[in-house]
Amino acid sequence: MMDLSTLIQLLDSTLRLATPLLFACLAGLFSERAGIFDIGLEGKMLAAAFFAAAAAAMTGSVWLGLVAGIASSVALSLLHGAASITFRGNQLISGVAINFLAAGLTVVIGEAWFELGGRTPALEGAARFQEITLPLAGTLSGIPVLGPLYAEVLSGHSILVYVGLLAVPATWFVLFRTRFGLRLRAVGENPGAVDTAGISVVRLRYSAVIICGLLCGLAGAHLATGLSAGFVKDMSAGRGFIALAALIFAKWRPWYALGACLLFGLLDALGNRFQSLDLFGATVPTQFMQALPYILTVVILAGFVGKATPPRAGGTPYVKER
Amino acid sequence: MTAIDTIAGRPGAAAPGKVPAIELRGISKAFGPVQANKDIAIRVERGTIHGIIGENGAGKSTLMSILYGFYKADAGEILIGGQRTEIPDSQAAIRAGIGMVFQHFKLVENFTVLENVVLGAEDGAMLRPSLAKARKLLVDLAREYELQVDPDAKIEDLGVGMQQRVEILKALYRQADILILDEPTGVLTPSEADHLFRILRGLRDEGKTIVLITHKLREIMDVTDNVSVMRRGEMVATVRTADTSPTDLAELMVGRKVLLRVDKTPAQPGAVVLDVQGLRVTDGKGVERLRGIDFQVRAGEILGIAGVAGNGQSELLEVLGGIREASGAVTLNGQPLDLTGPRADGRARRDAGIAHVPEDRHRLGLILDFTAWENTGFGYQDRAEYGTGALIDQQAMRRDAQGKMQRFDVRPADCWLHAKNFSGGNQQKIVLAREIECDPDLLLVGQPTRGVDIGAIEFIHQRLIEMRDAGKAILLVSVELDEIFALSDRIAVMFDGRIMGERLPEQTDETELGLMMAGMAEGRRT
Amino acid sequence: MNGIPRWVDIALIPLINLALALLVSALVIALIGENPADAMGVMIRGAVGSAYGWGYTLYYATNFIFTGLAVAVAFHARMFNIGGEGQAALGGLGVALVCLAIPWPHWTLALVAASFGAALFGAAWAAVPAWLQATRGSHIVITTIMFNFIASALLVYLLVNVLKVPGSMAPETARFPEGARLPSAYDWGAWMGFGRSAPLNVAFFLALGCCVAVWVLIWKTRLGYEIRAFGQSEPAAKYAGIRPVRTIMIAMLISGGLAGLMAVNAVQGEAERLIIDSVQGAGFVGIAVALMGRSHPLGVLLAAILFGALYQGGAELEFEIPAISREMIVVIQALVILFTGALDNMVRGPVEGMFRRPRKGAA
Repeated sequence: MMDLSTLIQLLDSTLRLATPLLFACLAGLFSERAGIFDIGLEGKMLAAAFFAAAAAAMTGSVWLGLVAGIASSVALSLLHGAASITFRGNQLISGVAINFLAAGLTVVIGEAWFELGGRTPALEGAARFQEITLPLAGTLSGIPVLGPLYAEVLSGHSILVYVGLLAVPATWFVLFRTRFGLRLRAVGENPGAVDTAGISVVRLRYSAVIICGLLCGLAGAHLATGLSAGFVKDMSAGRGFIALAALIFAKWRPWYALGACLLFGLLDALGNRFQSLDLFGATVPTQFMQALPYILTVVILAGFVGKATPPRAGGTPYVKER
Repeated sequence: MTAIDTIAGRPGAAAPGKVPAIELRGISKAFGPVQANKDIAIRVERGTIHGIIGENGAGKSTLMSILYGFYKADAGEILIGGQRTEIPDSQAAIRAGIGMVFQHFKLVENFTVLENVVLGAEDGAMLRPSLAKARKLLVDLAREYELQVDPDAKIEDLGVGMQQRVEILKALYRQADILILDEPTGVLTPSEADHLFRILRGLRDEGKTIVLITHKLREIMDVTDNVSVMRRGEMVATVRTADTSPTDLAELMVGRKVLLRVDKTPAQPGAVVLDVQGLRVTDGKGVERLRGIDFQVRAGEILGIAGVAGNGQSELLEVLGGIREASGAVTLNGQPLDLTGPRADGRARRDAGIAHVPEDRHRLGLILDFTAWENTGFGYQDRAEYGTGALIDQQAMRRDAQGKMQRFDVRPADCWLHAKNFSGGNQQKIVLAREIECDPDLLLVGQPTRGVDIGAIEFIHQRLIEMRDAGKAILLVSVELDEIFALSDRIAVMFDGRIMGERLPEQTDETELGLMMAGMAEGRRT
Repeated sequence: MNGIPRWVDIALIPLINLALALLVSALVIALIGENPADAMGVMIRGAVGSAYGWGYTLYYATNFIFTGLAVAVAFHARMFNIGGEGQAALGGLGVALVCLAIPWPHWTLALVAASFGAALFGAAWAAVPAWLQATRGSHIVITTIMFNFIASALLVYLLVNVLKVPGSMAPETARFPEGARLPSAYDWGAWMGFGRSAPLNVAFFLALGCCVAVWVLIWKTRLGYEIRAFGQSEPAAKYAGIRPVRTIMIAMLISGGLAGLMAVNAVQGEAERLIIDSVQGAGFVGIAVALMGRSHPLGVLLAAILFGALYQGGAELEFEIPAISREMIVVIQALVILFTGALDNMVRGPVEGMFRRPRKGAA
C-alpha cells in the first residue's frame, strides 16, 4: 500500500500538475461567462509555453519569458475575439483553428530559431521559475501530518503555483463583487440586457477574452518554465480540453474549478507515479494510466457527475435585434 | 373620416408653442432594398400618452429602435425636449432621458431584480454600495408608482407581469422622462393590462411622457391621449384619440376598408374526432405545465383555446403534435394515441391524421434555409407521393409545391426561393398549404395570424372556415381574443395549465373571458 | 442565396479566403527569414510538377477526401466531429484485423472486407461520443478530442503488447499477406508515368465513389433531407417527426465510418501493415477540407486535392529548404480553417456588398 511519503509526493505533484489546468480553467471561465466559447485554450497555452521558453532561453530571464508567453496568448485571444465578436464567426471553428495555428507555428518558429526539432534549449537557473520555500516550512515540518503537508506539499513550488491558487479567490471576487463581474456575467446570459442598459457588449466581451488570454499565458508559461525546463512539441497534451471539461464539471464557478482541477491533477500525478498498476493480480497497462484523465473527462462530460447549465448566451454571436 | 384631417408631418393635435418631449423630423431607414421608415415626422407632447399604431411590418419598432440608438437613421433628425440630439447608442438614449420596455424583455434571467435594475447604472467599481443604494431607491419608486416587486427575487421565478414591472423600474431608476413601451400587453391578461395602464397614467400625471406601440386598437382608445398611425414605413396621421374611432384607425392602418368580421354559417358538428382526458405535462424544470386537461373536438367545428401566452397552450399543441411527451389519455377517432415512447412523435401523429400549424413558424414550422419546395413537403418527406424507397422524388415534390403555392396564393410563386426570403404572411401560407392539403382529420393551429399582414389574415381565416365546413375538426390556439371570437364555434379558456371553462361565443364577451384568463374561476355563468 | 450570384458564394469567397490564408503563410515564411516565392515554387513543383509528385499528392488527397467527407456529413447534422483522427486510427485497426485474419485470395475481396472493417471500427469509435451528445448533451467537440487521445493510447497498447510480431522490437503488425495488397498507381497507371514508389492506389477510386455516395445521400435521399433539416433546426426537425437521437447517431456513424475508411488507403494501400500513428493528422486536415469545400462532396474533393498538394509540397519543401519545418503545413491548414470557417464574414460582408443584386420588391 501507499505510505505517507508516497502520498505526500503524490499530493505535491498533484498541486504542480493542477496549476496549468487551473489557469486554463479560470481562463475559460472568464471567456465563457461572457458568452464566448473557447475551445482554443489548448492552443493559447501551447503558444504561451513556446514563447515563454523561447524568450527565457534567449534572454536568460524567466520574467521576460512570462511576458512573452502572455503576449502571444493574448494575441491569439484577440484573434479569437475578432473572429467571434467582431466578425460573428463560429466560435468552435475559430478555437480549432487557433489550436492548429499554435501547434504549427510553435514548431515552425522553434525550428527556425533553435534548430532543435521544434524544441527550445533546456532552461537553467534564472531562465526557470525557482521553487519557493514558504516561511516557517523548516520549523513546522516536525509537526505530525500537518507539518509535512505544509512543508512538502504546499511549500516548495514555483511562484506561479501560488499565483494560480490566489487567482481562484481573485476570480470569485471580480465576478461576484465588482461592477465588471456583474456586467461580465450578464453579457454571457443575455447580451441584449447589457446592450440596452447602455454598455458595450463588444468591449465587455473583448475584455473577457483578453483576461482569458492572460490566464492561458500563465498556464503555458508554467508548463514550459515551471513544470518542465523548456518547450517540447505539443507539450500541452490536451490540457486545454481537460480544463474545459473541468470548467463544465465546476459549473462555471471559481471554487469548484479549483476542486475539479485538483482532481485532474491528481489523476495526472497518479498516472506519472504508477506507470503500471497491479490490481488484484491483473496488471493495468501504462497506456491506460496515461489515458485515464481523458477517460475521466468523457465520464464527467457524460454528466454522470451532475448536470450543469452553461451561460445562456454562450457560443452565439450577439446581433442587435429589436 | 371625421377628425382625421392631418397629413404626415403636420400633427394637428399638437398644442402650438409648447416644446414637445420628442420631435422626429424626416427620419428614413432602409434595410437593403426594404424601406422600413420613410421620411417620418412626429411630435410627442410632454406629459401625454402617445400611441403609435400600425400593422406588423409598418415600421413602428424600427422607428423606436432608432430612437433608442439601436439603429442609425439614414436621414433625419431627433429633437429631445427641443434639443437636437444624436443617439448613436443606447447609452446616449439613456442620457437623453429615454427608457424603453421591449416586447421581449431584456432581463438577465438568473439575476435578482436588484441586480437587473443596477446593471449598467452602477455607482462605482464595487457592487455592494450600488446595490444598497438601489435597494432604497427601488422601495421609493415602488411606493410612488404601484410597482411593488421583491428586489431579491430572481427574474426566472417571476411572472411576465412582474418582469415587465422590473423593466419599467429599470427605466425609472435611470431617471427616464420618456418611456417607450413596445407591445406591452401581448403577454398580459386583460386585468394585468389594466393595471399597467393605471401605472402609465400615474406616470403621465407625474409629468412623464409615454409612447405606447401597439397593434391593438382597443388599447389605443383606452389609454392614449394622441395617436399616430403608421403604414408601410410611413407616418400617415397623428390625431387626438378622443377625435377618432377604431374603424377610422383601422382604415388608416390598412389603407382601405377592412372587414372586421369573418362570414361564417353555424357549425354542423359531427362525431367526436379528438378526445382528451386528464392530460398532464411536466417540463424539464419539474414544473407542471398541464394539470389535467379534458376536452373534445368534433368534426366540422372549431374549438378556440383562449388564454394569455404561457398558460399551457403551447404545451398542449406540442403534446398533440407529437413534440412533447405527456400522461393522460388522448384518442383520435376513437383510436388511442401514444403519449410517450417512439410512437409519440410527429411522424406518428401525421400518420394518425393530425396536421399541425405550429405557433412559431420560424422555430418549428419551416426550415428557413430550405427552399420553398423542400418546405412544402416538410414533415411528409416519407410519404409515397414523394417517391418510394430511399430517394426523394424531387420532381414530384417540386410539382406539388408549385400547386400548393398557387392554390394558397403564395407570393412570389417561386418554389426555389428560400423560406427566409418570404414575408411573414407568405411563410404562414406555405405552412398552411402543407398542413391543410395533407387532408387531416384534425388540424392543430397555433397563432395562425401572428406577424401576418391584414390581407393574409383574411385569406387564412377564410381557409380555416372552409376546412371546418368540409367536416374537419380544428383546434385553434390564439392569444388574440378577436381571432378567437371570429373563428371559434366553442371557446375554452386556459389558465395555469387548466381549462377554466367552455363558452359559446354568442353567449359570452371579452370581459367574462378576460376574467377567466386571469384565473377567476368560472366567470359569471355556468 | 441572399441575392448574390451563386458563383460568388461557392467559388469566389472560398478562393479569396484561401488567398488570404496563403498570404499570411507567406508572411510567416518571410518572418523566419526565407523567401516565400521560392518556397511556393518548391511546393508547386514538388506537388504537381511531375508524375512522382502527383502520386503522392493524390495519395494524400485520398486520405483527406475520406476525412473531409466525414467532417462534412457531420456538419450537415450540425455536429462538429473533431474525432476523425481517432476514428481513422481505429479504422486502421479494423483494416489490420481483416487483412491479417485470412490469406486473402484476391485484392478485390480483401478491399471489400477491409473497407467494411475500417468503416465499422471508425463508426464504432464515433458511436460513444455521438451517443453521449444525443442523449446526455455532452459536448461532442471535447468528447471526440478525448477519444482521439484514448484511441492513440489504445493503439500504442495494442501494437506494443498484442499485435506486435513476436521477437520484433518495432511496435507494428506483421506485413499484410500478398492477397490483401491493393494495386498501386504503378500497377494500373504506369502509362501515366507513376513509378513503383507512388503510394497512390485503388483506394483513390473508393474515395471518389464515396464522394458520389455522400452527394446522393445528402441531397437525394430522405435520410439526407432529414439530416440537413435536423442540422438547420433541431426543434423544427422534432416537429416534423425527425428523431434527434436517431439522426445524430446515423450522421455520426456515417461520419466515423468515412473517417475509418481512410485506413484502406493509408494502412492497406500504402503501409501494408498497421504502424503507430498511421493517421498522421489527416483527421484534422479533414476539418479544413470540409470547411473549404463548404461541406459539398465536390468542394471536398477539390479541397482535398489542394491539401494533398500542400502536404506533398510541404514534404518537398522540408527537403529542399530545411529551415522551413514540415509543420508549416499545419500552419497553412490552421489559416485555411480560420479564414474560411471563422473569419468568413470578414470577406463575405464586403464581397456580398459588391455583388448584391437589388431584390425584387417582394419582401
